[in-house]
Amino acid sequence: MDNSRSNLTATTGVLGAIVAFFVVVGLLFGVEATILQTLDGLSKGSAYALIALGLTLIFGTLGVVNFAHGALFMIGAFCAVTLSRVLTLSHTVIDESKTDFLGNPSKIQVPYLYDWFGKETGDAIIDWAVPLAILFSIPIMVLVGIVMERGLIKHFYKRPHADQILVTFGLAIVLQEIIKAFYGANPIPTPAPAAFSGSFDFGAMLGFDPNVIIYPYWRIIYFAFGALLIGGVFAFLQFTTFGMVVRAGMADRETVQLLGINIDRRFTLMFGLAAAVAGLAGVMYTPINSPNYHMGMDFLVLSFVVVVVGGMGSLPGAVLAGFLLGVLEAFASMGEVLEVLPGLNQIIIFLVAIIILLTRPRGLMGRKGVMEE
Amino acid sequence: MSKTDLTRRGLLKTGAVAGAGVALPTIFTAQSASAFTNEPTGGSVTLGFNVPQTGPYADEGADELRAYELAVEHLNGGGDGGMMSTFSSKALQGNGILGKKVEYVTGDTQTKADAARASAKSMIEKDGAVMITGGSSSGVAVAVQALCQEAGVIFMAGLTHSNDTTGKDRKANGFRHFFNSYMSGAALAPVLAGAYGTDRKAYHLTADYNWGYTTEEAVKASTEALGWETVAAVKTPLTQTDFSSYIAPVLQSGADTLVLNHYGGNMVNSLTNAVQFGLRDKQVNGKDFQIIVPLYSRLMAKGAGANVKGIFGSTNWHWSLQDEGSKAFVKSFGTKYGFPPSQAAHTCYVQALLYADAVERAGSFNPCAVVEALEGFEFDGMGNGKTLYRADDHQCFKDVLVVKGKENPDSEFDLLEIVEVTPVDQVTYAPDHPQMGGAEATLGTCNPGA
Repeated sequence: MDNSRSNLTATTGVLGAIVAFFVVVGLLFGVEATILQTLDGLSKGSAYALIALGLTLIFGTLGVVNFAHGALFMIGAFCAVTLSRVLTLSHTVIDESKTDFLGNPSKIQVPYLYDWFGKETGDAIIDWAVPLAILFSIPIMVLVGIVMERGLIKHFYKRPHADQILVTFGLAIVLQEIIKAFYGANPIPTPAPAAFSGSFDFGAMLGFDPNVIIYPYWRIIYFAFGALLIGGVFAFLQFTTFGMVVRAGMADRETVQLLGINIDRRFTLMFGLAAAVAGLAGVMYTPINSPNYHMGMDFLVLSFVVVVVGGMGSLPGAVLAGFLLGVLEAFASMGEVLEVLPGLNQIIIFLVAIIILLTRPRGLMGRKGVMEE
Repeated sequence: MSKTDLTRRGLLKTGAVAGAGVALPTIFTAQSASAFTNEPTGGSVTLGFNVPQTGPYADEGADELRAYELAVEHLNGGGDGGMMSTFSSKALQGNGILGKKVEYVTGDTQTKADAARASAKSMIEKDGAVMITGGSSSGVAVAVQALCQEAGVIFMAGLTHSNDTTGKDRKANGFRHFFNSYMSGAALAPVLAGAYGTDRKAYHLTADYNWGYTTEEAVKASTEALGWETVAAVKTPLTQTDFSSYIAPVLQSGADTLVLNHYGGNMVNSLTNAVQFGLRDKQVNGKDFQIIVPLYSRLMAKGAGANVKGIFGSTNWHWSLQDEGSKAFVKSFGTKYGFPPSQAAHTCYVQALLYADAVERAGSFNPCAVVEALEGFEFDGMGNGKTLYRADDHQCFKDVLVVKGKENPDSEFDLLEIVEVTPVDQVTYAPDHPQMGGAEATLGTCNPGA
């Protein structure tokens, strides 16, 4: 009862702060810029929230601080790259009418898909590689997650958090070097289907001048996809028996085990689920930025800050903090802000983390007793 | 348990005496006999190739290394000789350098100044490298150049485009063949004015480090001189991966042109993001919105895929050039590796040959003799037309290529098309130009070390 009241106060406080924030920036930068940067913050935030959700899910269930979680995001992205490579597997045809850079007859790569389905259908399939990769990546990511948990992380449950951090960080480096060995260090363009290129004019829809508030279609899709996936994970935990058992296990592992339930197996599956969430976040991210081997590391530190700000082990906290930090980062990157406070864009997230940790040491929605033993 | 008579004091004494005994012969031989650092004494000479082998520029580093291996092969008389046959100087005979077989060691710069200095230091001190070359970043080039100056070896810079390398941070022992930010601005501006008019409002996004600043300054200065207005210039962190928050406000600012002073991963991401926003489909101030990338790299343009189409930029060299030198190099490199060389590979190959040639002409590996041979050296046949290694700042002056992302590429290498070869006179500046560190910038004196 006490707990729920304090949660309510916190939620009201956070909502109040958010409304106040938008009023202030709206007055400072104008309505157009505020809408635009908010959209951008939400789309950025959905990537942070998805990664942080998986991280905190693993922490809440298995009690492991998983520094290899960024690598799972990266592997997800490379699932999309792999699928697009598989779809464009080609055989060589020599074209005598053209010459290559050395003056020899050109070798033209013709995808097998052209042979099987004709050029038009083949091109359409290749064009849709990224959405198709969603289906392709789920089993792979679940498998990667389970192998990772059973093969390595399981052995570190009883070890201190520092050991867990070291071993998972090491694993992340190994995974990214493996990807680099196969795919090279350069980013690999993996575009969205042509139907989703270009941007949507929000301004025109809302009655502003055209071409002022525009936002790319794919990023809007990313946000919607992120929201759906987050909703799906919450629904799964809230409304299924499996989810109920997992939640019970998160609250009191021993008691659930005493009831004769094999909670370890369920937690392993949760690791697989968290890996799939990170992987899907990665798949959908590929058209936004060409994937490269260290993209996971770029997100890792940020995601940890998101988890800490949201509260260790709190799923809604991770999601809220993800969107919150995304929006704050978007506003801190505006030219007007940087003129007054140069470098704010680089520290804003950490600044917020410091303030939150000083005022609410358990994070926005952290539970008592987590990481406090 | 056995008892020994060894005491701490005794051990120290014995150690000191033994150490002095071992060091004695070298005190009187090695140091006093050599006139300069790492003078090659046997039948071979060691060069140090310091390139990024790990980290985000690893692919560019790998291409640099391929070029160096090819250069070493040609210097030692192997292969088809590549550009040695088209090079205007005929001092190189294909029998190594001064009759000594060329050997090499490699270091990994990791594109970090401290790591690059450590690997260069190790190649100089442990492997006896008499010259250090390579790299894919101006931060690294400036740091390694300063180290080579102190150590008394020659530094032949690889891919480094910041004005500072031969501007305010120029050093007597350092030489750059690659072009620089000033030259990019000077070459690009007239082409841009021709294509997009003289009434443009530009919005700059600039990588927040040395190279970004000099490029922004150069492009601003040369476009403003032709009538363009700069509405905003925003610094972006080097570690930034998602540029959407920086691109979103561009249309609102009233700008009709976006200049991306970004390189490598930054360029790939910012360009991809800008194209995603559909900026190039928009009309602002009654004109089509345009994007410009001042420094293009084909290797990295590949990462941006179709997004580079129609976008102007500049480059030091391109494999599609049809002069004899370029053709010879592309043939030699392409036959050995199966794909055309990058501009990074080209500049590194040329630098290795230029160093070897300078040693041959000087008749000595002594850095000060090499400096003298390279200063004011004019040559041709290396892919950029007539070129001068200017004595005042050790910068090569040659034609600059203005390129555009190709609309209908024939192959995966065919990403850029040459729009104009800007003549050297148009990109030449005074050695004390304000963008180059002004009158205070000096080379200092050459340091032979030892």
